[in-house]
Amino acid sequence: MTASPSERLARLSWPRVVFVGLVAAFAVVTIPTLVDKHSWTGVTISVAVTAILAYVYLTPKRIAARFLVPGTILLLAFQVYPIGYTISTAFTNYGDGHRLTKTQAVAQIEADSVIEQPGAQRYELSVATKASDTSGAFVFFLTDPDGKVERGDASGLAPVPDAQVTKDQFTGKVITAQGWHILTGIQVNGLGPRLASFAVPTGTGFIKSVGLSEAYVGHFTMTYDASAQTMTDTRTHTVYKESGGEFKAADGSGKTLPIGWKIGVGFKNFTSVLTDAAIRGPFLRVLIWTIAFAILSVLTTFGLGLLLAVVMDHPRMRGRRLYSSLLLLPYAMPAFISTLVWSSMYNKDFGLLNKLFGTHIDWLGSPWAARGSVLLTNLWLGFPYMFLVCAGLLQAVPQELKEVAKVDGASPLRVFRSVTMPTVLIGAMPLLIASFGYNFNNFNVIRLLTDGGPYPSGSSTAGDTDILISYTYRLAFGGQGAQYGLASAISFLIFVLVGLISYTGFRQTRQLEEVYAR
Amino acid sequence: MIWTDAQRAPVLQQFAQSFAAANGISVSVQPVATDLQSAYVTATAAGKGPDIVVGATDWIGNLVQNGAISPLPLTAAQKGSFQTTALNAVTYNGQVYGVPYATENLALITNTAEAAANPATFETMVADGQAAVKAGKASEALAMQIGQQGDPYTAQPLLGSAGGFIFGTKADGSYDPSQVGVDNAGSKAFAAQLAKYGEKGQNVFKRSIDANNAVSLFTSGKTPYLISGPWALDQIRKANLKYSISAVPGFAGMGPSQPFVGVQAFYVSAKAKNTAIAQEFTLNYLTKKDVEEALYKVDPRAPALTDAYNDVSKTDPDIAAFQAAAAHGVVLPQIPAMSAVWGPLGIAEAAIVGGADPNTSMADAATQIKAAIAKG
Repeated sequence: MTASPSERLARLSWPRVVFVGLVAAFAVVTIPTLVDKHSWTGVTISVAVTAILAYVYLTPKRIAARFLVPGTILLLAFQVYPIGYTISTAFTNYGDGHRLTKTQAVAQIEADSVIEQPGAQRYELSVATKASDTSGAFVFFLTDPDGKVERGDASGLAPVPDAQVTKDQFTGKVITAQGWHILTGIQVNGLGPRLASFAVPTGTGFIKSVGLSEAYVGHFTMTYDASAQTMTDTRTHTVYKESGGEFKAADGSGKTLPIGWKIGVGFKNFTSVLTDAAIRGPFLRVLIWTIAFAILSVLTTFGLGLLLAVVMDHPRMRGRRLYSSLLLLPYAMPAFISTLVWSSMYNKDFGLLNKLFGTHIDWLGSPWAARGSVLLTNLWLGFPYMFLVCAGLLQAVPQELKEVAKVDGASPLRVFRSVTMPTVLIGAMPLLIASFGYNFNNFNVIRLLTDGGPYPSGSSTAGDTDILISYTYRLAFGGQGAQYGLASAISFLIFVLVGLISYTGFRQTRQLEEVYAR
Repeated sequence: MIWTDAQRAPVLQQFAQSFAAANGISVSVQPVATDLQSAYVTATAAGKGPDIVVGATDWIGNLVQNGAISPLPLTAAQKGSFQTTALNAVTYNGQVYGVPYATENLALITNTAEAAANPATFETMVADGQAAVKAGKASEALAMQIGQQGDPYTAQPLLGSAGGFIFGTKADGSYDPSQVGVDNAGSKAFAAQLAKYGEKGQNVFKRSIDANNAVSLFTSGKTPYLISGPWALDQIRKANLKYSISAVPGFAGMGPSQPFVGVQAFYVSAKAKNTAIAQEFTLNYLTKKDVEEALYKVDPRAPALTDAYNDVSKTDPDIAAFQAAAAHGVVLPQIPAMSAVWGPLGIAEAAIVGGADPNTSMADAATQIKAAIAKG
């Protein structure tokens, strides 16, 4: 049965109409900007997304797709794309000193090499166009310190008789010129990149504008030869050849130019994880502590949370609400703030802990005390969550089972071990694995509390409390500035590692469930 | 559009407004609270950066290698109007990249009610400080921030006194990343002093004193001596105690202290949308004496413009004292290789203070720094 277009329209419910309207608006807004930027991939994606959404929402079929498609598109945009981007970055040298494209780098090296001609004087500058519309070609009216006026354009300088211009009596700047339209400061600024790339050639260099009404004589000291792909320093005649995303001196002196560009480096970032002694050396030590930290964090927080939940669950417990709210306080405070507060409490000479207990423990300065501090703080931050979870799960424990066990003469401990614990564990297991995964990458608490320290003398990359993520953060952003390529490679490795651990964890849970289900 | 740190934003807003009014434009000053430098580099690469950014001169190397800033063609007269150290600090690879507005360096600040000001040597200062502790006037002999990861910036005056240095210099006076001095004889002499006054020695240097508590130890009267910079002046003045500012004393029998001289500067973005106006603002407006003096009034650091400095130092002896403390100062390195130094050197410092062997620690630091630079 086919319906006429008008019938079909009538069947459209208003949420669908609004949604399709939004989709159309999205297309109208994004496509012209993308065309403007010549981003053809962007245009293709935008058109495809619009078409898919329009089709799905305007046909009477595809009802399931109406609910799935928006989610899928968001998943692609916010999950798959970043992961893909991270992986592709892992194969490049992207980072400080290698952020630009080659064209940009060449242009920037040349621009940075411009020096003002020694002894040359500055000109008073007026920029002028033929018509009052600033989009056309423009010229410079230049007044030299003697008051002589010249007109400069892309072909060079030409003298201008004084009769054709009027000048500011103090600065000598040209105010009006016959047949030309002098631009105001804002109009000059509005010329933007066109002005920045404009230069009047002279015999030995060029004249460029600086600010709104001044011009100087300068010349390049670095020139790029596009056919040979080399950069030449005109003062020392050193030739620089491109090598590994930067310009290296061809004379073998090892000199490189400061600005490099982004290139693909293949598996170099991955192999350097294995071959670089500074990375490989402490990797195992850090990995062991990472796993220990994650397991201990989960066990301690779960243990304390469960204990408190059981206590609160006791029928003779009074003032339950008050206690519970107090217990949830650490959860209510921003973890950032509490971690920093804890960090100052651990201070050996001035911290609250040592003062309170009259001790002289070097909390953050000795390896084991520091590890203990990290775990203690993480316990404080994490137990309220586990308390909430366990309190909820305890409600699910079948009361009859408990009663039956009691009647059979089981001790309270026995009841807890055989009845309460299994139920709670099965319910909590997925959360415990998630918590393990979270603590495996618990960057905040390490970074803010100890920042990986204390560091054994001679190792500035891996401290005694560093976990993988804080350690790689330092590798990528510490030493030689930002190295996004390397960081991406290591993040990818961590991603795989966490994935493997979680997978085995969930398989174990399923087995556990089967065991208890019997 | 100007980006700056949160503290300076309100004051810059005033100048920007008066400049904007005179030119018939609108200027927005945007405070960036954390990690201004990397935020700026990333935003500029994406074409979303500001026209002007304000920051310390040790950023220059990194900003240049990422193509984030362009040279500023100051006239010879303008160059001559700045203090030499300030001009050197903004010069990199022979080009001037920023307009400096304030210089800063470390000095020794003494609570004159507790100990004698201007001690001749580091040793007399420690003795004086320890006497004050014994007399019950104070609880610490000296507040010099170290922390668990060390602080090479604060240690530099003493490192220099002992004859150590981080990078050697080329013939033109610029830093040479291939000459690392962290394991030379002077640096090792400094390391020996660190151990002598460290936690296993006289317990003057402590890892428990860090950036968070050093100044408050001084302002609450718990120590007669503080090594800090002009950024602490505001807090110290509010504490209402009698203080005196002098150079950090050198070790007996060694050279004078050599603090880093850092400079705060304005940079014009290489990708600025309003290059002409940004250049006009930095070159022809910020180089004015009145503007630099007004900047000083809200953030008391020595103006970089010689004329402005001369005016200010007449009415503010603290600024003159800070400047005098930098008599033997060295320019804070702007080369990107410096980022490979802070970590290893700081950790060596903290380890030695905590009792590790001074010689091996410094040698290890040097090895790591050289390896990081070679990998570059």
